[in-house]
Amino acid sequence: MAATILHGVGATTALSSINYNNSRRSLPERKRTSLVIQCDGSLSSGLNISNNRGAKLSTNAVATKQENVTASTTSKPGHELLLFEALREGLEEEMERDPHVCVMGEDVGHYGGSYKVTKGLADKYGDLRVLDTPIAENSFTGMGIGAAMTGLRPIVEGMNMGFLLLAFNQISNNCGMLHYTSGGQFKIPIVIRGPGGVGRQLGAEHSQRLESYFQSIPGIQMVACSTPYNAKGLMKAAIRSDNPVILFEHVLLYNLKERIPDEEYVLSLEEAEMVRPGKHVTVLTYSRMRYHVMQAAKTLVNKGYDPEVIDIRSLKPFDLHTIGNSVKKTHHVLIVEECMRTGGIGASLTASINEHFHDYLDAPIVCLSSQDVPTPYAGALEEWTVVQPAQIVAAVEQLCQ
Amino acid sequence: MAQLTHRASALHKSIPAVLFAARGLATASTSPITVETSLPFTGHKIDPPSRSVETSSQELLTFFRDMALMRRMEIAADSLYKAKLIRGFCHLYDGQEAVCVGMEAAINKKDCIITAYRDHCIFLGRGGTLLEAFAELMGRKSGCSKGKGGSMHFYKKEGGFYGGHGIVGAQVPLGCGLAFAQKYSKDESVTFAMYGDGAANQGQLFEALNMAALWDLPAILVCENNHYGMGTAEWRAAKSPAYYKRGDYVPGLKVDGMDVLAVKQACKFAKEHALKNGPIILEMDTYRYHGHSMSDPGSTYRTRDEISGVRQERDPIERVRKLILTHDIATEKELKDTEKEVRKEVDEAIAQAKESPMPDPSELFTNVYVKGLGTEVKLFHYIHLFLSRLLTTIVLEFLL
Repeated sequence: MAATILHGVGATTALSSINYNNSRRSLPERKRTSLVIQCDGSLSSGLNISNNRGAKLSTNAVATKQENVTASTTSKPGHELLLFEALREGLEEEMERDPHVCVMGEDVGHYGGSYKVTKGLADKYGDLRVLDTPIAENSFTGMGIGAAMTGLRPIVEGMNMGFLLLAFNQISNNCGMLHYTSGGQFKIPIVIRGPGGVGRQLGAEHSQRLESYFQSIPGIQMVACSTPYNAKGLMKAAIRSDNPVILFEHVLLYNLKERIPDEEYVLSLEEAEMVRPGKHVTVLTYSRMRYHVMQAAKTLVNKGYDPEVIDIRSLKPFDLHTIGNSVKKTHHVLIVEECMRTGGIGASLTASINEHFHDYLDAPIVCLSSQDVPTPYAGALEEWTVVQPAQIVAAVEQLCQ
Repeated sequence: MAQLTHRASALHKSIPAVLFAARGLATASTSPITVETSLPFTGHKIDPPSRSVETSSQELLTFFRDMALMRRMEIAADSLYKAKLIRGFCHLYDGQEAVCVGMEAAINKKDCIITAYRDHCIFLGRGGTLLEAFAELMGRKSGCSKGKGGSMHFYKKEGGFYGGHGIVGAQVPLGCGLAFAQKYSKDESVTFAMYGDGAANQGQLFEALNMAALWDLPAILVCENNHYGMGTAEWRAAKSPAYYKRGDYVPGLKVDGMDVLAVKQACKFAKEHALKNGPIILEMDTYRYHGHSMSDPGSTYRTRDEISGVRQERDPIERVRKLILTHDIATEKELKDTEKEVRKEVDEAIAQAKESPMPDPSELFTNVYVKGLGTEVKLFHYIHLFLSRLLTTIVLEFLL
């Protein structure tokens, strides 16, 4: 499958290249493509990327979402903010509402958070409630879990999701399983959150996708946010949940801007989001890949396809209700994810859909994932490890033949 | 502990009062008796407490009964394991009873205790019943964790007992979290996070110590040093087996863990310290008669002479027995009667636990998530799939 995609890509030479602000790259042997995602999440188009002047499409990378009527178009005007601010807003509202909610992590307090999600909170709530921990993931995650056993509602921040591998034992055995092994005596209302995913040349160890490792842990829920609207809603839902929730954020999505409602809202942890209804193919995605899919969707619409795009949001458990209804309508499924090919969310989702909706499929499920390699530092190589919009377009075309 | 003594007094009522009138067992006094601990305490960066411990005849009798009950429970568990009624891992605490009994005497149920897998007796100390313990060991529904935890996962929320953990050392950061919550809610209670000499070499322990000291958390780290980490003696695993000194900047106290009064004194001292000054380490010098677990004979890495030597010279129950006899609190016969009662109690609990039903198959899917949050609804779909597949398999097996 990977070979076919790469071959297909080679044939169309439609690889997106990364846009560098100081535009020093040149790839003479490849045609530059039309759409890229920039560091600040904005889209830019144009053939000559290195000059950084293509027509900007929209700073709101979910422009196409406005086709759907969502809760963001309510009677009140709402307010505009960036995704990390939305996370902070959700967090602050919950801290205000419930004195048991507290935050712990590296540099969350005085520094304000390495991605500014907790900025200003330590000044407001004090050093105990917004706790700067030493660099000891294993034990401060354990500490958060122990505190949760007594009824506190801690939010543990991993500065990068990858660092939480050090706390895997605590997350798996204590966080996930204590409710069960204690026969229901203890609940663990903890939220573990942090940025993951492939960034901008951050190197292999800082570009990991831990959702694939955590997905088998029984007893936890996993959600991935992708827009300021769902980031705030999911943060609030995760904090209010009595189950342990792992909230996956993405390094490259923190500066996405969107207008969100003024009034309070909480989203459901187990629901997927219908991004773009359609009828030819169900495209399932989450986190950053949603934007690559939506870019591809533009091209596909121009070519006469009508893809239905669903942001699955809930990685554990899957919202098989929404997904199932879509499959029953389109009979074709394409999964686009940033996880590795082996044992990723896509692999589980493929198995799950095959198991439940086999009769409704007209073709085998296609799953586009990242390559099974450590993320390289070199920009072009890094580009090749994740799924690019052109590959998505090619896959849909092949699927719908 | 209240539960154990309640049962004790209930049983005492059935024995003619005349037997006790002369000695005053039923009216065992609470007037203070002062006893010297057998060994002095050794302090690290702290002045150790006095060797003179205040106790009473009632307390000594309670100590005797509680420790005898625990000893009996562990020995009964040994037989049950050999009879294959208890499966998997079973780590027995006999020899170490003084640690948990002494600790309970110094604290209340608002204080938290968390320990590793050698947890049966500590569970009892925190108010767990014999039935809950045996039923859990045998995987029955009426077990403290509904049969889903097993020997290494005993918990008692109302008693402030947070388990019961299988992964060595992982309970110490959890204990730090309990102490953090206590500090957060300012409720003047402390956490005793227990671990063994083997776990003392875990990195997360030092991480937890650092954080506890940094934020003055009311955490007391108790190292139950029984000198063997499974099959490895302490001097073969630790460069510095002076575990009470390992805290460096955190003060420590070395305690004779086979002397229940010394343990009580140390825990009382530690609680006062932790509430004012933050963490402290207690190293309990203790010994386990059994091997690491039921699959370990316990004699390949230590000599039988060593084991019987400790039993003769340092056994915690014998020590209290001698104290009781020397102070004329009870006669030899009365103590033996107590032991017989305790044995009967244990036997009855085992009989009751054996009658207890196994968990329902649907229990497989309960308590994975907290109820009412959507996901359990979806799990029913999987239960349906699972059960229908099971039925299909059974039918096919039957037909073929």
